[in-house]
Amino acid sequence: MKMKDSEIVLKCHKIIGGYGEGEALVSHEPICFYLTEPKTGIIREKTHELFGKNIADKVLVFPSGKASSVVQIDGLFKLAQSNVAPKALIVKDVETVLVVSAFLVKVPLVDKLEKDPFEAIQTGDYVKVDAEKGIVKIKKNRLS
Amino acid sequence: MYLSKEEEQILAGEFGEGAKKALELLVAIGEAYDAKKMVPISRAHAASSGQEGDLYFVELLAKGGARCKVPTSTNPVYDLCYFHKIFKNIPANEADVAKRVMEAYKRIGAILSWSCVPYLAENIPLFGETVAFSESSATPYVNSVIGARTNREAAQSALAAGVIGKTPEYGLLIKENRKGTHLVKVEATLKDEFDYTLLGYYVGKQIGYGIPVMTGIQRRPTTEELINFCAMSNVSGAISMFHIPKFTVEAKTVEEAFQKDIPKDKITVTEAELKETLEELQTTSDRVDFVMLGCPHYTLKQIGKVAELLKGKKIRKDFGFWICTSAIAKLLAERNGYLDIIEGAGGHVVVDTCIDEPCWIGYKDKAGMTDSPKCAYYRRFKDVRVGRLRDCVDAAVKGK
Repeated sequence: MKMKDSEIVLKCHKIIGGYGEGEALVSHEPICFYLTEPKTGIIREKTHELFGKNIADKVLVFPSGKASSVVQIDGLFKLAQSNVAPKALIVKDVETVLVVSAFLVKVPLVDKLEKDPFEAIQTGDYVKVDAEKGIVKIKKNRLS
Repeated sequence: MYLSKEEEQILAGEFGEGAKKALELLVAIGEAYDAKKMVPISRAHAASSGQEGDLYFVELLAKGGARCKVPTSTNPVYDLCYFHKIFKNIPANEADVAKRVMEAYKRIGAILSWSCVPYLAENIPLFGETVAFSESSATPYVNSVIGARTNREAAQSALAAGVIGKTPEYGLLIKENRKGTHLVKVEATLKDEFDYTLLGYYVGKQIGYGIPVMTGIQRRPTTEELINFCAMSNVSGAISMFHIPKFTVEAKTVEEAFQKDIPKDKITVTEAELKETLEELQTTSDRVDFVMLGCPHYTLKQIGKVAELLKGKKIRKDFGFWICTSAIAKLLAERNGYLDIIEGAGGHVVVDTCIDEPCWIGYKDKAGMTDSPKCAYYRRFKDVRVGRLRDCVDAAVKGK
């Protein structure tokens, strides 16, 4: 871990390459992309901790994906078609379906942050994910 | 992950853009699971569907010049000719996606089985083979009943594996990962195929993600009973493998199934749990407008049973009676005279078709009956009753 201009720099493991940056949105629960509003990116799963929040253009930090392969892949694909997919995905446990989902829409996907992502990143922080270099840069939101 | 010289060349685009994309996906999956290397597969099954994500990927590979390197069968979409003659309101854009999906799989050189039970006829793995079979009901059948080795694949990862002829080595391809995780004591007497659907649904719901080892089953399960267990345990859960010592192939004893690591807790299934499961699946007890059978695709034997029950009877006027099956099973059903009886009674036997496709839009606001909790779960109709085949036929003939 390195501090540079109040930016925290953490190493990570690339699964799907690319670069994406945006405001962080942290979910402690698994996410099913099918249960978001396909035109806007708003989570419509009533029992979810992020119910009503918008995942569009965010750097999404979450433990893992969930639900059947067909709906999960189709869910993220539809978000990407409306340009409301997340900019990058940071996860703890990754499985085949999540890899396929991210691959199809070309959203960078990383795991194995050198620090626990749920401690290092809070909703509202500004996060840059450079999957190619295996680096995540976090600028803390002072208000948080 | 270690990559061979040829794999490096594929990733560099020397074998075309399609093969490059396919291997990129497989390498990403390998990275996700810390696989050490890629291993050859002998066959694959792509759970094709009429979804846009599926269309995008198969067209991407086909346009990029990719062709299947090993036999790669396909899941049902729907029989466009058959349904468009009967239902006039199938959305044109959805029909177009289905048509393009089917054309793209043809271009990529897949086996156009359009069947969710390819392991019965068109694409049969052998014991010990490494394969890549998507379709959540096919994965556990291939692993447990046949004893071939496959991971829980998505349609796209299975297709990519079929194109490259390889898959990353992880998960259920490795013996230690095939050991049981949960002990299930079956105290209920399992009489028929329908009892296995209820057992599957209940076990999947109790375990979620895991490998059950089931004891107490007295009689050797039939092919259809095992298909049903596989399908239903993946509606309520994610069961990519299971053991029934003595009856499934990888373990003769409970100890062997757990690779000596037997858990202390067990799940017990009595008649009461099966009864509760059946009650939970109903959304109505009213009259129904149609019957939908064949999720998963009915076997020849099951079609024969329907013919036996319908012989000399007539299905009520304006009542839909549908059996989804494979092209091969329908051909044999015709040869055996089953088709004449079923169609003569007013029923449809359709090939290439899944219960979760836009072709069923005519039933959107109606109530149906099925013998499959999976069909009930994916239902593209309003209300559902789930019951034995005999009761489904009764509903169609007597209106009860």
